Amino acid sequence: MKTLLEARELVKTFGVGEAATHVLRGLSLTLEAGEMAALLGPSGSGKSTLLTILGTLMKPTSGSLRMLRQDLVAADDAALTEFRNRHIGFVFQFHNLLPDFTALENVIFPTAVREGRETPEARARGRDLLVRMGLESRIDFPSAKLSGGQKQRVAVARALMNTPELVLADEPTGNLDRASAMQVMDLIGEINQDQGTTFLISTHDEKIAARCRRQIVVGDGLVTG
Amino acid sequence: MLYALKIATRYLTASKAQTALLISGVAVGVFIFIFMSALIGGLAEFILSRTVGDISHVTVEAETADPEVLIDADGHLLAAVEPGRLRTATLRDSATWVPLIEAVPGVRAVSPQITGAGFLNRGSQVAQVSVKGLEPGRESAILNLEGYIVAGSARLGSGVIVLGRRLAEELDLSVGQVLRLQSSGGVSSVLTLGGIFQTGTGMLDGSSVFVSLPTARNLFALPQGVTRIEIKLDDLNAADATALRIRALTGLDAVPWTDGAEQLMEALNAQAQTGYFLKTFALITIVIGVASALVLSTYRRRPEIGIMRAMGAGRGFVVVVFVAQGALVGLIGGVTGAVLGYLALLPLPGRDEFRPGTLPLDITQGSYGLAITLTVLGAILASILPARAAARVDPVTAIGQ
Repeated sequence: MKTLLEARELVKTFGVGEAATHVLRGLSLTLEAGEMAALLGPSGSGKSTLLTILGTLMKPTSGSLRMLRQDLVAADDAALTEFRNRHIGFVFQFHNLLPDFTALENVIFPTAVREGRETPEARARGRDLLVRMGLESRIDFPSAKLSGGQKQRVAVARALMNTPELVLADEPTGNLDRASAMQVMDLIGEINQDQGTTFLISTHDEKIAARCRRQIVVGDGLVTG
Repeated sequence: MLYALKIATRYLTASKAQTALLISGVAVGVFIFIFMSALIGGLAEFILSRTVGDISHVTVEAETADPEVLIDADGHLLAAVEPGRLRTATLRDSATWVPLIEAVPGVRAVSPQITGAGFLNRGSQVAQVSVKGLEPGRESAILNLEGYIVAGSARLGSGVIVLGRRLAEELDLSVGQVLRLQSSGGVSSVLTLGGIFQTGTGMLDGSSVFVSLPTARNLFALPQGVTRIEIKLDDLNAADATALRIRALTGLDAVPWTDGAEQLMEALNAQAQTGYFLKTFALITIVIGVASALVLSTYRRRPEIGIMRAMGAGRGFVVVVFVAQGALVGLIGGVTGAVLGYLALLPLPGRDEFRPGTLPLDITQGSYGLAITLTVLGAILASILPARAAARVDPVTAIGQ
């Protein structure tokens, strides 16, 4: 397998002096292309901070992070924004859809923001993704009126819109009932199988973690297993 | 850019009541701006038409010749001829100058005149008058004599005199009566009263008389030339520049109406300054309104800004989204305010129909384009700071909210 992402000796410290909190303490991690990995660990272990750093939304205090042969620690904000748009998808615990937009408009946002307009091609791909998510009857539905499970499926479709190499999911089923959670995980598994998209899924749920081929356990700011 | 505009529009339409209130606020500000422009402009127009409208905008006067002197061989002044009461200095070549002046751009009318003092006699009654000889056919070139006529006609034929109502009442005159006019040089003419005017100005109505230019030549013994040339312009504010142009063109001493009208100009300037202040405050109100609304919007939409940034929207994109909201609010509010202002001014009397006691609002001076342009620019300016603040939102913190 080809290495997609390599994090070395990541340190993240919030605050200074006596108030300093060391969330990551030299964490190293490698993700191979096409992997489906679960990120496990107790609350406060640094899972969310790690996902945020891997997703280029935050820089580590020290350490290195490389993905697709690019140094993501040295890159500036504009370069990271473009990289994130093209190569990384996000699924958050609280779906985080744009409430004033329809399901389709939310899905095609990453492409439209890159192209500067909503192209017919983007709309067609967005529709296909929503159909695949079982939301064909909700394509032009205001996102604020969707159920929790539907919103999370729209969020998954949005994460996949730009065919990213890596999708980072932070507790994607945390707010869903068991049936909806399994439905979302089924979709993620299918996409991982069909398209080879790499998934790193942060979860507390062992049943969700069991559906991933690899489990990474984080504790006290380090990979412990 | 197009997509940022779409998002800006969606944000505005998503909060319809808030956006409507914001646009209404901007429209009211623009309405005030336009109302003040129309009022200040109309007031200036009204004052000028009342004070300067009926006078010459540029006047060419004959220069008084130096007194003749007798000097001995050593250069001592032995004798000097005292200037007589009769005006002798004339613009001898007026027939040449008049067509030249008429061809100057912005000149509406030219009136060559012979002026002087005289006495009006009717029986035993005598009144001292100021005599103005006008070229027949150009009676209303400067003063709208025809418009002020209350009896008879303004036409100055041979042997005809036209005078003010107050003077007519003092001498108990009516149209068609015969009277004698004697110049300060002692020359008399018997004239028929052809018309009586009333301008509302005491000096004119009580002591001015108008005769034809040939009659004035006889009275003042000026066989050729005129004593002054009065010029009316399309734009009285161009008097200074036009006077300079006439001076350069003819070499004559052309004097604009603004010479000696410093107090009036100061009053008009002060009035214009007041207008600028009021309009500036209206614009500041707009800017503060738009800025505060966008600051609130930025705060309320922090999580969404975080999501957009996480999905790959750059800082510039976020700035454009919020600046576009400001520009749209400014444009819609500006156009709405301008249209409302125009509609509100439409039923009011026009600039040529101002009457004492009415508010002199001039619909043509509403500065509609300027109001819209300044409002859009002000709204854009007002949105820059909130937009920059939005672009600096940390996506991690914002999404976590």
